[in-house]
Amino acid sequence: MTRVILIDDEPLARMIVTEYLQAYPQLTIVEECNNGFEGVKAIGQHKPDLIFLDIQMPKINGFEMLELVDKPPAVIFTTAFDEYALRAFEAHAVDYLLKPFTKERFDKALQRWMEQRTNADASLAKTTALLETVAQSPAQQDRIVVKTGSKISIIPVQEVQYLEAYDDFVKIHTAQGMFVKNKTMHYFEQQLDSRLFVRVHRSYILQIQHITRIDPYQKDSYIAVLRTGAQIPVSRNGYAKLKEVLGL
Amino acid sequence: MAESPVSDANVKTVFVACWLLLALLQAYALYSFAIDWPIALADSLLTNLLLASTCLLISNNLRYYRPEKDRYVYLLIWCLFLAGLWLFISYQVLTLIFSSKREYLLFLEKSLIVRFDIAFLTLGWIAMISALWYNRQDQKLQEQRKLDAEKLAREAELYKLRQQLQPHFLFNSLNSISALAGSRPEEARKMIHQLSDFLRGTLRKEEEQWVSLGEELQHLQLYLNIEKVRFGHRLSTEIDYTEECTSLLLPPMLLQPVVENAIKFGLYDTIDTVTITVQATCMDKHLVITIQNPYDPDTANPRQGTGFGLSGVQRRLFLLFGRNDLLETKAQHHTFTTQLTIPQK
Repeated sequence: MTRVILIDDEPLARMIVTEYLQAYPQLTIVEECNNGFEGVKAIGQHKPDLIFLDIQMPKINGFEMLELVDKPPAVIFTTAFDEYALRAFEAHAVDYLLKPFTKERFDKALQRWMEQRTNADASLAKTTALLETVAQSPAQQDRIVVKTGSKISIIPVQEVQYLEAYDDFVKIHTAQGMFVKNKTMHYFEQQLDSRLFVRVHRSYILQIQHITRIDPYQKDSYIAVLRTGAQIPVSRNGYAKLKEVLGL
Repeated sequence: MAESPVSDANVKTVFVACWLLLALLQAYALYSFAIDWPIALADSLLTNLLLASTCLLISNNLRYYRPEKDRYVYLLIWCLFLAGLWLFISYQVLTLIFSSKREYLLFLEKSLIVRFDIAFLTLGWIAMISALWYNRQDQKLQEQRKLDAEKLAREAELYKLRQQLQPHFLFNSLNSISALAGSRPEEARKMIHQLSDFLRGTLRKEEEQWVSLGEELQHLQLYLNIEKVRFGHRLSTEIDYTEECTSLLLPPMLLQPVVENAIKFGLYDTIDTVTITVQATCMDKHLVITIQNPYDPDTANPRQGTGFGLSGVQRRLFLLFGRNDLLETKAQHHTFTTQLTIPQK
């Protein structure tokens, strides 16, 4: 059985996908979700083969939802209008349906998916690349979505004090506590506004407005002291970048 | 091209009158140097006619060409040259006409330097006045152009702000219709009519300057009905107004983006059902409209602050009334409030 999940906040938008899918008895809709929270849960539970995913949804958008899924399934995006997303889709040759879409267009998307489904690794790589691109969109640049157990938190970037590399993860330090996200330092360096965040060290990115002072430490290295008292090592290279951003 | 100062009938009359007076004064001056009246008059009229023509020549030249600020010395040289030319022609003509009047010719020779001085001063004065006049004219034209450009830009901006119908809304509505068409064609047809009425309303309102609150609320209702089809049970709305307010006026399509913002803000920031309330009251010569939507203070983006589309509304109100305090927002206890104040004419 091939399992499909529909994730869209508009019931009628899900209805038309359901209707079009009736022509494919081998595909079973295992769940319909109203938002990304439900989506994350349902994907974890059912491990679907394919999801239809809307982009603009309550709380977290479709891309942010995908970020929270450990191993994203194949995705066909459905969206009405989002210039930024469309450019990202084109750039990564990911299939998407523009609402309202015809049965013919829908069939074509499914056709393509069926042809490519043997190559799951390639589709996963495409999705990952897509997420990196959209992470730099203005809508997503100012918040970070993380999942701790089954709890989903949305952190406004202003509240991020610093980021710390932690094996294959990144620790996000905020006043509300520490969160862990399954991403690389490079990813955050790309996503975050470079006028506010500086990678001061191989393992640290900090937000400049949280710095109170910078002390010399050893030869060629420094320590940045944050308002919270946290001490962050600053490499020689990092110090140069910091000086540039601070206009020193 | 700037208008010549003498193109005005009044200026022309004054110019001619002044010159006649000048000519008469010169004739009298000549007469007082014991020159006969007929010769004095002829000399005076002739030289002054020539001088006036030279003045018109220089003034007209300045209409097409004015030296740069630090090149006014060219004007001086030009005046000196013209004064010399004028003197030469005057002298030649006068000696030709009065070749038999030795006494007069003697006097003429002696007075050449004085005549040159006067001509140079007059020419210089006229040149200066003309230069000032044309500069002023240019400035006026430039100011007018600037005003026109500003007005155009303002109108274009207002038009654009009014036009901000979200394509997202349109395409999603069409998608809903597409979905309904299969299983519930009656509802699909109804929604097509609502969408058409709504779009027609937006088009029609472009031409009018102001609409009554009653009309605007009717239009808003169409929009809300469409959104309710899209979002189903998640969205409910309450519209509350007093009867005497319905005739008050407001700019068209002002309310819709605010409500659209409230719906977006409400629907996309919470996953529960959402109630949007719209309340209209009149307070001494002002129409006050309050729109409220629920929001989640923990996740609402602080940088977005006033929400998605409110800056456009704010800008529009500023362009129309020149005031920045007509749109106020307040976030309190999980409720986001937007208040619009519309001064009545």
